[in-house]
Amino acid sequence: MKLILSLFFFTIATQISAGGKLIGTSGVTQVEGSAGGGLVPWATLAGYGTRDEQGASAFFSAVTVDDFKMSAYGVAFSYHDRIEASIAHQKFQSDDKSIRLSQNVLGLKIRLFGDLVYTEWPQVALGMQYKNATNLSLIKSIGGEGEHGTDFYLAATKAWLDGPFHHNFVLNTSLRYSKANQLGLQGFGGDKRNRHSWLLESSLGLFINRNWVFGVEYRQKPDNLNSLKEDDWKNLFITHLPNKAFSVTAALVDLGQLGGRNDQSGAYLSLQLIY
Amino acid sequence: MYRKVWLSLLLVVLSACQTISKQDDSLYLDLGGKVGISKIIDIFIYEIGETEEVVHHFEDTDLDRFREKQIEHLCLLSGGPCVYTGDEMLPVHQGMNISESEFNAITNAMIRALDTAGISIAIRNRLLAIIAAMRADVIYQ
Repeated sequence: MKLILSLFFFTIATQISAGGKLIGTSGVTQVEGSAGGGLVPWATLAGYGTRDEQGASAFFSAVTVDDFKMSAYGVAFSYHDRIEASIAHQKFQSDDKSIRLSQNVLGLKIRLFGDLVYTEWPQVALGMQYKNATNLSLIKSIGGEGEHGTDFYLAATKAWLDGPFHHNFVLNTSLRYSKANQLGLQGFGGDKRNRHSWLLESSLGLFINRNWVFGVEYRQKPDNLNSLKEDDWKNLFITHLPNKAFSVTAALVDLGQLGGRNDQSGAYLSLQLIY
Repeated sequence: MYRKVWLSLLLVVLSACQTISKQDDSLYLDLGGKVGISKIIDIFIYEIGETEEVVHHFEDTDLDRFREKQIEHLCLLSGGPCVYTGDEMLPVHQGMNISESEFNAITNAMIRALDTAGISIAIRNRLLAIIAAMRADVIYQ
């Protein structure tokens, strides 16, 4: 991980100009390390690289809800606006420190067709996230099955220029095929359901201007464990992009029942470097 | 009685047709008409000159002609009472091999020009949606 991070900063330091896409058009980085919203992977690729260029991004996100904290960091690269590779690490712990979980996520995404801004049809991408959780004994103890698994998703994203009130909007819908419990931190499949589920994830953002985006997200979740109920996730976010190199996102998140505790809601903060 | 209803309906339909056929010049007016558009294009040309990655495309450009055609084009695109006497988008960009990045750099120059001219975000977005639709005829030709 450290090697990849240093490689990333080396790449940034040795390149003079950033990619040529318009500001805001790569989205931010979602919690599993893929370019997207905060929770949902989009069809956009990391960084501002066009079809002639490379792009990259690095992120750090932290979530704090009533009884738990979670953090994630990682890097992502894109090549010729066609393919994205990402790596991320997630940590999850209860405030009383009795539960500590973590996992690594390797992501791959291929843009199939379309351009977020310039085509009439949406930008569409196919992606996968391979996840490797660390705590098999804990996963087994809560009725979970494997410690690694792969999610597949199809994402369609469209920037809607001159939408209602002459503002620009971004709409995303992703369909995920997954058996990950709480992103995979609690294993993959369980004693209640040990199969993949089709899950709907969606984001809607309003560009207040070029530098501020305001929106909502929804992520449907599976419910595979008898002992721990899993709820759909929601957020209300605001992103500031002061320039093409940096973005900061703050959000109110509602994670529902988590780790056996009800009504886990709180705050999310994410920082992103973009190239 | 029915005759009256039919007549008024006919009137409504006719007046609707008239509204449809009349050119919507609200964007043209919002940009400040001919004077406002000339000012925007002047700033736009200055901004292009400041954009290192695209300025080489304009080395042999007759700037007075370019300015005149840009004003006509923007006037026409925004629904104003102008005739565009310049070239079509596709042939004029042929052989220039303008990249996606360069197109966006020009778009950014236009956005800065609109900003400097004090054009609001709502009006700017209306114009950018029109400009975005021309991209396919401009890049990689």
